[in-house]
Amino acid sequence: MSLIELALEPFAFDFMLRALATTLIASIVCALLSCWLVLIGWSLMGDAVSHAVLPGVVLAYVLGAPFALGAVVFGFLAVGLIGAVRDTSRIKEDAAIGIVFTSLFALGLVLISVTPSHVDLNHIIFGNLLGVSATELVQVAALGVITLAVLVAKNRDFTLYAFDPTHAHALGINPRVLGAVLLGLLALTSVVALQAVGVVLVVAMLIIPGATAYLLTDRFQRMLLIAPAVSVLCALIGLYSSYYLDTASGGMVVLAQGAIFLLVYLFAPRQGLIGRSVSARRRRRRLGAGQVG
Amino acid sequence: MSTPAITVAEATVHYGHVLALDRACLTLEPGRICGLVGMNGSGKSTLFKTIMGIVTPDSGRVSINGESPAKARRAGLLGYVPQSEDVDWDFPVSVREVVMMGRFGHMGPLRIRRRADREAVDLALERVELTDFADRQIGQLSGGQKKRAFVARGIAQGARILLLDEPFAGVDKRSEATIVRLLKELAATGVTVLVSTHDLHALPDLADEAVLLMRRVLLHDSPAEVLRPDNLALVFGLDLTGTAGGGDAA
Repeated sequence: MSLIELALEPFAFDFMLRALATTLIASIVCALLSCWLVLIGWSLMGDAVSHAVLPGVVLAYVLGAPFALGAVVFGFLAVGLIGAVRDTSRIKEDAAIGIVFTSLFALGLVLISVTPSHVDLNHIIFGNLLGVSATELVQVAALGVITLAVLVAKNRDFTLYAFDPTHAHALGINPRVLGAVLLGLLALTSVVALQAVGVVLVVAMLIIPGATAYLLTDRFQRMLLIAPAVSVLCALIGLYSSYYLDTASGGMVVLAQGAIFLLVYLFAPRQGLIGRSVSARRRRRRLGAGQVG
Repeated sequence: MSTPAITVAEATVHYGHVLALDRACLTLEPGRICGLVGMNGSGKSTLFKTIMGIVTPDSGRVSINGESPAKARRAGLLGYVPQSEDVDWDFPVSVREVVMMGRFGHMGPLRIRRRADREAVDLALERVELTDFADRQIGQLSGGQKKRAFVARGIAQGARILLLDEPFAGVDKRSEATIVRLLKELAATGVTVLVSTHDLHALPDLADEAVLLMRRVLLHDSPAEVLRPDNLALVFGLDLTGTAGGGDAA
């Protein structure tokens, strides 16, 4: 069998094509968002929101409302509750995040167990990439396009917000609004990624691509190209390996991201572990050769 | 008399039960450089935040060029140079891009940069002598260069009022002199400069006037007068009574 046949074979099946489309959309959108999340320091928030949307998604399912609506409502609820617990008690933010998102996630689990439906818990937790229906794909695509459009249009403002919210304020740009929009996009993205890799692994897609790109460049606009590229590459590696090795597809996608992060962490030219220690040694030697201070 | 650049009238700010600013009054004429002196917890940052409208005073009033702070912000009048600790120096952004952020108010909602924006940024970089460093990542500058990059952002913005929070912290003497010269040049073009500083030695050379802050404005006079030992004792001497924070003054 030639390489091309090997590459095309999986996609002779419709379900594999839908899986591919879903993974690619989720990869690109999550990767873009992750660039800002990593720099603002919202990785934990990403984890929290992606779990906290679960009851919203279940309720939306029960009520026949769009998943996205339920997700956004519960995403904001989670952020609001975290802020409230942090600001009105002596509990620190990390603990507040842990309390709120696990409680909401638990609520989601309970709701699933009492909901007479064919929502499979396993699919929500671990994703159901190979079982994405055509309607679900349309929904994922629509959410992806909306998120992508907002991120691209407000790219510069979000970057300003991440770098210096006070300056944004000084220019009459409301940083609270920008933060809220980002959180809303985070909730939408969680729904998209939930389809692909499940609620447990969403956070990987929301952190790893941005973190990987951050180690590779000193330019934010380049991060916005590198992160989706890395993410798409991992999606493809993950899908193919899961097809040929007969392993969990969501797991393979995230495993690929972890592996690429490890490579970059070790071998990135300037920020990589090895590059850094080499240049540190070179600096020491130069100091030693010159004046010993 | 012209309209004051900054007017703070009887501004009082509480954070919860903590009184941060107590009926503070301050009037600054355009083109003046004013040094803000006070120890940590004296309300320097709160006063800045109040002028910028980040904090709304419980009572009292702030106006910028006779207008509301919100209007002044939308007009791009307020420039801000943050304290070193408040900046993520690892942020993947170049010096040029930082200065470009000053131009956002001049751009459309998509922040598409036009020729005028690029020219303004080049000019501002030249003004602060950072043209050769424009493509460096912001953290790869020296302490003084970092401050100048943010001043350049204010220049590119066309700010008429520049607020600088501790611009001389971690800055060597030569860079300090460069910044002082730069701020004086800006003031000569009518820009009003408010500088909070621990560096009392730099004050007489830099500022036209100085303010002694201890939640209230205790004194607003010439730098020489404000720096008289008995006046400084009003602020820094009170440290022993344990009213607020640590006395990390000069």
